[in-house]
Amino acid sequence: MTSLLRPKLSGGNSNRRSALPSREALYWIAPACAVIIFIFGYSIVNLITQSLRYDGDWVGFENFSIVISDPLFLVALRHNLFLLSAVPILVLIAFILAITLFETRRGMRFYRSAVFLPYILPIPVVAVIFGQIYQLNGVLNTFLSSIGLDFLIQDWLGDPDIALGTMGSVIIWKEVGFGVILMLAHLISLPTETYEAAKLDGAGFWRTHFVITRPAIKSTLIFYAVIESITMVSWVFNYVYVMSNGLGGPGNATMVSELYIYRMAFQNNAPELAAAASVFLFAITLILLVAFFKIQRRSISKTFRS
Amino acid sequence: MKKNTARKLPIAATLRYTLLSFMAFMALAPVYVMVSGSFKTQKQFLDSPLSPPSGFNLGGYKSAWSDSFPTWLLNSFLIVTFSVILTLALASLAAWGFARFPFKGKESLLAIIVSLMVVPPVVLLIPLFKLGVTLSLISTLQIVVFIYMALMLPFSIYMLTNYFKSIPESIIESASIDGASTFQIFRIIVLPLSGAPIATLAVVNLLWAWNELLLALVFLQSNEKKTLMVGLTGFQSRYSLDIPTVMAGMSLATLPLVVAYLFGQRYFISGLTAGSTKGE
Repeated sequence: MTSLLRPKLSGGNSNRRSALPSREALYWIAPACAVIIFIFGYSIVNLITQSLRYDGDWVGFENFSIVISDPLFLVALRHNLFLLSAVPILVLIAFILAITLFETRRGMRFYRSAVFLPYILPIPVVAVIFGQIYQLNGVLNTFLSSIGLDFLIQDWLGDPDIALGTMGSVIIWKEVGFGVILMLAHLISLPTETYEAAKLDGAGFWRTHFVITRPAIKSTLIFYAVIESITMVSWVFNYVYVMSNGLGGPGNATMVSELYIYRMAFQNNAPELAAAASVFLFAITLILLVAFFKIQRRSISKTFRS
Repeated sequence: MKKNTARKLPIAATLRYTLLSFMAFMALAPVYVMVSGSFKTQKQFLDSPLSPPSGFNLGGYKSAWSDSFPTWLLNSFLIVTFSVILTLALASLAAWGFARFPFKGKESLLAIIVSLMVVPPVVLLIPLFKLGVTLSLISTLQIVVFIYMALMLPFSIYMLTNYFKSIPESIIESASIDGASTFQIFRIIVLPLSGAPIATLAVVNLLWAWNELLLALVFLQSNEKKTLMVGLTGFQSRYSLDIPTVMAGMSLATLPLVVAYLFGQRYFISGLTAGSTKGE
């Protein structure tokens, strides 16, 4: 992504070519840009104007103040924040698995495919399977009691105190494979001399990887953390919708901001409030993105200085 | 290095394989529950969800298939095919425009397109739904194809632009000296060289479009127009007393993805990693 913000002006930019009028470029990019502008441009402009109106009348920021003082919206945001706090766990699990796979020769392809499989499964499918696994009389509790761990039995999806955590575990289950693949690809591309030196110095597994590997693949770790943060804030609708039958229950235990917007718009018939909530959500996503570029730029300039 | 590790650290190797086996078990167990459950009877599933099925009971598959399953499958197939092909066509044209021609504001335009990758789909939902109602396009496959295209284009353009920039200038120069037009260069030289990244994008986009739920749920309301994912979401509540049917439906919906993954694993992995590296 860095290369994109500060790309080298190389490639097709010989002097002769730069004399070409930009109109020719337009022919090539216009069809794609038309689709993008039509969908994104129209939606974003329309969303913002709608969030400032009620029944066609201009109401300023009233929709925003209604939404922000709606306890349900705040609960939804708090739940997104809770899911966001699972990102470090997710990154850590993926990192440990990636370095373990990296050190493994025999059977590596099998384990890699196994760990990656959940990532390609459709979310509705994942949510339905886990719905069965986490039932009170479901697979997990049956399994726990068969190995004598009855005290661990919980109503995983029915108990409001743990339902969101259960949801989080499903998201981690599905997303971890993506991180493993990203990190593994970066690890394989690293020069091997670094490791040889560390091994000769007698550095152990953990020391080698936390001192040498972690900084070496830092850009990938940050990239993955940001993608997953955005997922937790604004792309968890599918999980919640399917696992709670569209209700965000038990009670509002798994209500998240996307589901709030969906229900405001299509069940409570309040598209203006839904629009205002969407603008909030969009703003939060943008903040995360800007934070990502800030962190990345800083880590790059550090690398260059040292 | 391999010999060295094996001799010096048997404990470490044991720990590694224990961890990996545990993780593989965690990853595969739910899939096993799904596939084995689809061959069981309701009673077998409830009594012993983890034991292997006693026989191949195809009742679940029969009732899943006799529901609207084939219709949903066809809808998913049509939407994915059209949206992915059109996206790849438009993205490769645009990427060539970005990679080949310098023009004012190019970098900013690219940066804006890339940042659209993170716009949450739910943000687009309300305005587009209103638009769909106005144009009476609700419950048509066209509007979903069009929206999916817009959502898949940013990443596709980004990845192909990076790739096209990496094509050696000398190849293109020699062709343009021979009098080839920009379009000829694109068609005869650039596209044939780009098989791998285009295949990668095809796999990544296919997966995304096949699995998408939110937009399909909102825009495809009549049962004859539902995609597989929307249909299956309703499956769970409709067949809550018939778990084998639910599991059979889920297994059928997953099968195309597993096949696509097995055949396109290489493209798949390179596509997922393309976003995080610098497009080398």
